[in-house]
Amino acid sequence: MLAYIVRRVLYAVPILIGVNLITFTLFFVVNSPDDMARMHLGVKRVTPEAIEKWKRERGYDKPLLYNAGAEGLDKVTETIFFQKSVALFAFRFGQADDGRDIGHDIRQRMWPSLAIAVPVFLVGILVNITFALMLAFFRATYIDVWGVVASVVLMSISMLFYIIGGQFLIGKLWHLVPISGYDDGINGIKFLILPVVVGVVSGIGSGTRWYRTIFLEEINKDYVRTARAKGLSELRVLFGHVLKNAMIPILTGAVVVIPLLFMGSLLTESFFGIPGLGSYTIEAIQAQDFAIVRAMVFLGSVLYIVGLLLTDLSYTLVDPRVRLQ
Amino acid sequence: MNDRTLLEVRNLSTWFGPEARPLRVVDGVSFRIGRGECLALLGESGCGKSMTALSLLRLVPEPAGRVVDGEVLLEGEDLLALPEMAMRRVRGRRLSMIFQEPMTSLNPVLTVGYQIGEVLARHHGLGRRARRRRALELLAAVGIPDPARRVDDYPHQLSGGMKQRVMIALALAGEPDLLIADEPTTALDVTIQAQIMELLGRIRRERHMAMLLITHDLGVVADHADRVAVMYAGEIVEQAPRDAFFAEPLHPYARKLFAAVPGFRLRGRRLQTIPGGVPRLDQVFTGCRFADRCEEAWDHCRAHVPREVSPAPGRSVRCHRFDPGVTAPPAAAAVPPPPATAGPAPAVAGPVLAARGLAVHFPVRKGLLRRVAARVRAVDGVDLELYPGRTLALVGESGCGKTTVGKALLQLVRPTAGSVVFQGRELTALRGEALRRLRAHMQMVFQDPFSSMNPRMEVGAIVEEGMRALGLGDAQRRAARVQTLLEQVGLPAEAAHRYPHEFSGGQRQRIAIARALAVEPALLVCDEPTSALDVSVQAQILNLLQDLQQKLGLSYLFITHNLSVVEHLAHEVAVMYLGRLVEQGPVEKVMRAPRHPYTRALLSAVPVPDPRRRREIIRLQGELPSPLSPPAGCHFHPRCPEAMDVCRRCYPQWSEVEPGWRVACHVQTTEDRGQKTED
Repeated sequence: MLAYIVRRVLYAVPILIGVNLITFTLFFVVNSPDDMARMHLGVKRVTPEAIEKWKRERGYDKPLLYNAGAEGLDKVTETIFFQKSVALFAFRFGQADDGRDIGHDIRQRMWPSLAIAVPVFLVGILVNITFALMLAFFRATYIDVWGVVASVVLMSISMLFYIIGGQFLIGKLWHLVPISGYDDGINGIKFLILPVVVGVVSGIGSGTRWYRTIFLEEINKDYVRTARAKGLSELRVLFGHVLKNAMIPILTGAVVVIPLLFMGSLLTESFFGIPGLGSYTIEAIQAQDFAIVRAMVFLGSVLYIVGLLLTDLSYTLVDPRVRLQ
Repeated sequence: MNDRTLLEVRNLSTWFGPEARPLRVVDGVSFRIGRGECLALLGESGCGKSMTALSLLRLVPEPAGRVVDGEVLLEGEDLLALPEMAMRRVRGRRLSMIFQEPMTSLNPVLTVGYQIGEVLARHHGLGRRARRRRALELLAAVGIPDPARRVDDYPHQLSGGMKQRVMIALALAGEPDLLIADEPTTALDVTIQAQIMELLGRIRRERHMAMLLITHDLGVVADHADRVAVMYAGEIVEQAPRDAFFAEPLHPYARKLFAAVPGFRLRGRRLQTIPGGVPRLDQVFTGCRFADRCEEAWDHCRAHVPREVSPAPGRSVRCHRFDPGVTAPPAAAAVPPPPATAGPAPAVAGPVLAARGLAVHFPVRKGLLRRVAARVRAVDGVDLELYPGRTLALVGESGCGKTTVGKALLQLVRPTAGSVVFQGRELTALRGEALRRLRAHMQMVFQDPFSSMNPRMEVGAIVEEGMRALGLGDAQRRAARVQTLLEQVGLPAEAAHRYPHEFSGGQRQRIAIARALAVEPALLVCDEPTSALDVSVQAQILNLLQDLQQKLGLSYLFITHNLSVVEHLAHEVAVMYLGRLVEQGPVEKVMRAPRHPYTRALLSAVPVPDPRRRREIIRLQGELPSPLSPPAGCHFHPRCPEAMDVCRRCYPQWSEVEPGWRVACHVQTTEDRGQKTED
């Protein structure tokens, strides 16, 4: 088991190096620091001096890969590649274009993101499993048929509709919670309710349909027939036998996204004015702040790799047949 | 209703599919089972046996299937009329069922003890500790060694035979009056089958429990049933006490079943087959449903549904020939199967294929650096010779390595050691294109005709693919050849433009054979080609293979666990145990008077479709050990009833019984030496 984890972590290294190289190429070779500076300063008042100044302030004035003018080890370290890309491995994200420390921002803004993403994730799974079990219990009846139709309708509706509809109905018409905004601590709860509800509701359609398929697949297996032949009630069969087996694909499908919860949701956060990592990324893209975008891309791939590792480990928890070597 | 009757089924009908055109899967079935009696429900796949059983328990998969008519009286109480709640008290308590596939019938994520305990909690209201105690007793009763350890195991930690024992323990937990066993040993090896069937028989006698034994195997029926009911196309066509049935089966279908069983009886001759297929069940029959396949049918059979008549006490049959109210025309004299068109091909010159010291080891990797920690010795030093126009059967239980031998001979897996000489060329040294060219002369037919063909390719393309890969002929010539091949294996020419799923199992195996023959091979490796097929379909395929051998002079390596097939068509046989051959020789000699204790045990475990032939089953202890760590000395000694001291110490050398017949056993060697000293 430990050997397996160590090996998987080692496998992650080349993947991260690859991600790093690709983002470096995209951000600095395809789109050179000069382009960045020009974009930032606006087309009109661009002078070569202004560009140089902008680059110098942000450390983009160094050579890309090799600094011939420096001494000794600095030949390699005093470069954009080393300072901007390799530093990511140490989680040193550097400074944003406005001079703020990105690492500090991320540590600050991940909490609002988690405050929405974690409840959406947990409540969502619970709600989806409940609905899916219900449809499986009433399989091949009108309840099931209409349940599937409703799921398809729910999943066809755009996320934006849920957000705006929710804000209009719950916030504006019923005045139950504020339309948007954020506050720390206990006071924040009233701001979180609406985004969480919207997040859960928007996922019900696809989640329920997916889990229903998993349940139905399990229900047709031989061991379920054995369980029925024992004289167990349909509910006991569903909860004692089917659910246990269906949890294998459900859990492993869910575990992979757990680390990504840190990243927040782009749409929800920006529409509800939540100062999380999702809105951070959106704002950075709008402001053409590539330092932040690069940091978030790298962080995303690290978290995804962690998610895949967790998925494999979670197999051993829910499936006695799996032993990692 | 007499008071010895436990279960009486009257006019049971179960339909599937759309209301407008339902499939009458079970169509008016009636039978009764007495207390402690074993009734065998015999029939080929798709005849409605399993659905009958599931209908009794009301476990037919709904809503596709439904019991539409009939009564199931358990001691006079109609189970079909019970509310679902009350029915649940019957399931697992008064009627239990064990299923065909022990691999999939147990819940993989729950321990064995828990799954047994569920029944005990449900029907006997036992508490936690009482459940565990009882589960241990049950596991011991079904012969699971070390129950205290096994009770906390998950199903995947048990072998197939052990899983089926757990299934039996689970079915017995409710102390049922009637046990329904649906093909309980079909998925198991013959020695394990013997163990399981013996266990069921013992338990049945001890508990005076009735059993409905569903099977397609006449041999199993002969050994274990008290009475027999033969099912065909959703209907019971004959019922009889066992001995009377085996002495003289009445219904033409039942007689055909007997004639299709391979064995020494018809060696070298063609097996009888049943022409055509089972009629579609989505119709209301206006005549006998077997009429179209029956050689004794006449007009009357197609116009009138036969009623059930009783030609003798305790017997019934649905056939106009036995109906005293119908005057039948004289039956055509039964045509004996045509004799072999030619004697067995003489063994000429050198072998087509010769393997020396063939070994295939699979590495087991462990640890951080994936170092090879152990080797699975799947094949460990096998010598084989295959002559032109002859059939060599390779037999052994599952996991003994016989399929790996087949693949290694064709270089589909690379042998770890040894040599394979095919038509004078060493194959193990060949690579790439040279090997590909030579593949044209050796082909393989696989076990499962359902998964071994690309479902998205037309049959014509499947058959043609090999020729195209080797660049044989042009498109036109190849198309013509496909037609010839399809005809040769008995398929209509238009089959070329259809897809595999449109064909039955037997037809698909014909396609597989046509595909293999397309490149004109000299050698065909057949890996269990008939084990997924019904006995009447198997007979067709075996006939086809024999015809092709005589016509084309093919050599077959026939990999199988079915010894009666070996008796029927093989010339030589090689018996394999745990990666090595233990006995090898001509079929007539080896199968009639086997020398190796393993061959003897294997042969004795095969059920024979004749209840008068009482045979002593040599019971093997335990199961096939792991090829990861074969036992020291003779691999077979831990299970061998004749093991001596020397067997534990060293692996026996080959000793020759007579030219062409050798055996690797210390017992044999010692006897030889004894004879020599006497001389």
